[in-house]
Amino acid sequence: MRMREEDVKLVEGELKKLQEQTSAKVIFLVDKNGQLVASGGNTKGIDTTALASLTAGSIAATSGMAQLIGEKEFTVLFHEGDKDNIHIALIGTRLILVTIFSDKAALGIVRLRVKKSIDALDQAFEKIFLQSEREKGAKGGAKSPFAEITEDDIEKLFG
Amino acid sequence: MSFINYSAREINCKIVYYGPGLCGKTTNLQHVYKKTDPDNKGKMISLATETERTLFFDFLPLSLGSIRGFKVRFHLYTVPGQVFYDASRKLILRGVDGVVFVADSQVERMEANVESFQNLQKNLAEHALNVDTIPYVIQFNKRDLPNVIPLEEMQKVLNPKGRPFFEAVAFEGKGVFETLKEIAKQVIFELKKEA
Repeated sequence: MRMREEDVKLVEGELKKLQEQTSAKVIFLVDKNGQLVASGGNTKGIDTTALASLTAGSIAATSGMAQLIGEKEFTVLFHEGDKDNIHIALIGTRLILVTIFSDKAALGIVRLRVKKSIDALDQAFEKIFLQSEREKGAKGGAKSPFAEITEDDIEKLFG
Repeated sequence: MSFINYSAREINCKIVYYGPGLCGKTTNLQHVYKKTDPDNKGKMISLATETERTLFFDFLPLSLGSIRGFKVRFHLYTVPGQVFYDASRKLILRGVDGVVFVADSQVERMEANVESFQNLQKNLAEHALNVDTIPYVIQFNKRDLPNVIPLEEMQKVLNPKGRPFFEAVAFEGKGVFETLKEIAKQVIFELKKEA
């Protein structure tokens, strides 16, 4: 997947809106392969890369469980902690929305607002994925930084 | 599937270390973690049992520097090697950009190597991938032990297509970075092909 600057802005705007509406601490968008796609809120002190990977692992394991009992997927997971909670929701078939919120925020509001954001993000990503597929190999689109890469560039990576 | 973020100028790629139980997949990652500058690595996550057998996966995010102004990040994963964790292995292969197959060179582990190699082929096929065409490296590990199978014999059985390979003693770090460098190179060249 390729995300252009305007895509990132649009998605981050949606996450910021959701964060304000729910009083969540942080919101992440992760792809099912474990890559962090975007975030909103205060990520300071949170290992976002590890969180993305573990979220994808958790969703993958839960999907496996769902299939074993004849369900296609479980679309929402909720983890309750002493102070902070994590609400995880699937967006379409490729993305996961993670909302971290304290006991000061209401779960009901989080669920409701997340549902609304999922629709907006789902639509946005349909366009992003289509664009990404179209640009794969096409001229005139966002140019991949790898198009003119040389053996030397790669050697330099390893010092 | 690599992820390119033009706003953050980052590219993330996923590499999975595959192989039979106790072949040294986690040891490879531990060595990379130990020897990498703290600025270039994230926390290593190991989802393991109490006896330190991998239960779900190990995960190590690694920054290798920049190419043409884009930060290149590799996410290294291991799979649980034990036969009965097959469901987990399938999940971890999702979105993979490159695979390192770690083989255990000991005579008594050859059957486990073959079983794991066949399992890899089967699980890759479920993601519409083929071991002969994706970025792939085979590492013959534990070459320091006395009861190892000759390299030619291992090649014949586990690497019939002659993909890049390295002999290793992952516990001492021998062959670990050579393997990583080769798979990273192949993954980047694959991105170039797709560009």
